Amino acid sequence: MENIILHNISKDFGTFRAVDGVNLTIKSGELFSFLGPSGCGKTTLLRMIAGFETPTEGSIYLGDKNISDLPPYKREVNTIFQNYSLFPHMTVFDNVAFGLKIKKRPKTEIKDRVHEMLKLVKMEDQANKYPDQISGGQKQRIAIARALINKPRVLLLDEPLAALDLKLRQHMLIELMDIHDAVGITFIYVTHDQGEAMSISDRLAVMNQGKIVQEGPPDDIYERPTSIFSAYFIGETNLITGDVYKVYDDYLELHCPDGTGKMLKLDSSFHKPVSEGTRITLSLRPEKIAISRFKPRPQDDINIIKGQIEDILYLGSHTQYIVRVGKLKFRVFSQHKRVYFDDKALDWEEEVWLFWHDTDTWLIEDNPLDILTDAELDDNGNLQRYVKRSKV
Amino acid sequence: MKLSPTKVYKGLNLTAFSLVMIFLYIPILILIVFSFNDSRIISGWQGFTFKYYIQLFHNPAIGEAFRNTMLIAGLSTVISTTLGIMAALGLENKQFKARKGLLALIYTPLVIPDILMGVSLALLFNFTRINTGMVTVLIAHVTFCISYTVIVIQSRLEGFDYSLVEAAADLGAKPHYIFWRIKFPLMLPGIIAAALLAFTLSIDDFIITFFTSGRGFDTLPIYVEGTIRRGTITTINALSTLMIGFTLFLVVITKRIRKILISAL
Repeated sequence: MENIILHNISKDFGTFRAVDGVNLTIKSGELFSFLGPSGCGKTTLLRMIAGFETPTEGSIYLGDKNISDLPPYKREVNTIFQNYSLFPHMTVFDNVAFGLKIKKRPKTEIKDRVHEMLKLVKMEDQANKYPDQISGGQKQRIAIARALINKPRVLLLDEPLAALDLKLRQHMLIELMDIHDAVGITFIYVTHDQGEAMSISDRLAVMNQGKIVQEGPPDDIYERPTSIFSAYFIGETNLITGDVYKVYDDYLELHCPDGTGKMLKLDSSFHKPVSEGTRITLSLRPEKIAISRFKPRPQDDINIIKGQIEDILYLGSHTQYIVRVGKLKFRVFSQHKRVYFDDKALDWEEEVWLFWHDTDTWLIEDNPLDILTDAELDDNGNLQRYVKRSKV
Repeated sequence: MKLSPTKVYKGLNLTAFSLVMIFLYIPILILIVFSFNDSRIISGWQGFTFKYYIQLFHNPAIGEAFRNTMLIAGLSTVISTTLGIMAALGLENKQFKARKGLLALIYTPLVIPDILMGVSLALLFNFTRINTGMVTVLIAHVTFCISYTVIVIQSRLEGFDYSLVEAAADLGAKPHYIFWRIKFPLMLPGIIAAALLAFTLSIDDFIITFFTSGRGFDTLPIYVEGTIRRGTITTINALSTLMIGFTLFLVVITKRIRKILISAL
């Protein structure tokens, strides 16, 4: 096993701590992503694995070998750079052959291997062109071929799709996954795009301010966020804060100071035990909530609350409703399926019922400092606005 | 007919362009034409002749001046370009505190009048009792060429994409390999431009050479000046025509030189 082990890694730039005490094991053959806003330390972490930066503290292991102080040219790790960094004065062939030429491999071997690599990335017919004669997506492929020809044990990808347009990005994402399956080595992928990270990764780590906030498979992070940051950075969510009034066998009663609903049902097989009197924050994804102008039939495991539509945003594949419940605003995603019982579109100011399964209310934090009923992220993904509500 | 503003604008454009072209190229054209004119003075066309070109090649003084010029230009180009590469690389690191100050010191000679440079160098050689001649001219030429070579090579480095160095290191290249296979080839257009500039500056420098050459070491510009002073302009026309041709030739082959050098690396 050639796991990558990051042991207590920190990196300071002057007085700024870019990476702060990261401990992580990336398994051999895994496609692992670092996801976070710009400045969260993900690229610095990648550059330390590549050897362009040395950690201020801690060590990096590849297998059982400590590689923390090795220069980049001695590491069996290769990188795909954000702007591809193809050598402009060399042809596609010479770019791909670069790694083998350094190792002074025989000419016939170089030729065979380059063609093998160009075939892998579907660029066989472009070997004699120069980098300024091919498109962005093609440059990307050449960068991949150039990195893989050295047979690295780990391939690092630093926002590799950032410079491509949306359609090409989706296409390259699938191809990257195919290449990963074909070569079977560890891929470490850095991105600020949660969609990319979710779709490509076996596991991912959400980072903020130099620390890993949460790590796990994409669905785990999306469905079971452990902090307000990861709940907000991946997808959208509704945050509900309240005091636990009474814990029953299969649900608990939550008093929300903003008067949301006196009683919220939560799954009794909760991932954290809560006791009466504690203040907790819950996350509820907008697509988990159903919206209707008719009151649904009450069921034991369904939460039902009443609200009023304040805003409707048509988004093509779905519509986002902003529904006011007491002083709280709920975001609700609804797909345009016309098989529902009320086919007539919902309208502004209309009174509606919101209902969702109790297992979809997810406890992310107990004993939050403030009553957090609405939070917004700035461009960097940091929590920017806390709206404090007066206590009941 | 009413003139529209665009028409007036276009007309002005054309006039300005024509005037620039006339002032730039008419004198050179006259010079070339009269180098073939069979007359001792410039006073109308007297018939076609090659005799001034033949005289040129039979004049030992011109031959010596030509050899001196080429020697000085060649040596000062090599020395100032090499020093320019080293200086530009040395001043590459933007964290280096004295960088801006040193660059300012290097660029200052660009704005100092040639006459001042010439006089100060003459004074220096006089003060240090170095005999004027080839060595002093060479020192002087290297001195003023360095400013140009550094500025050209350094500006080329300014736009250098350092992620290419990282990419090469990532692929297993050691620092000296990266320098010769990646960095130097990409600096090469700047280096060639700097060398060409130094070469042409050295070839046609008169003022600084005049103050630092002393007697007995003539370069072409010094010789030309002396000859014109004595009134014989005809061979000079022929000489100038040849020099124009040589310069054009240099410009044309530059692109080829670059390609050959890159493929040789």
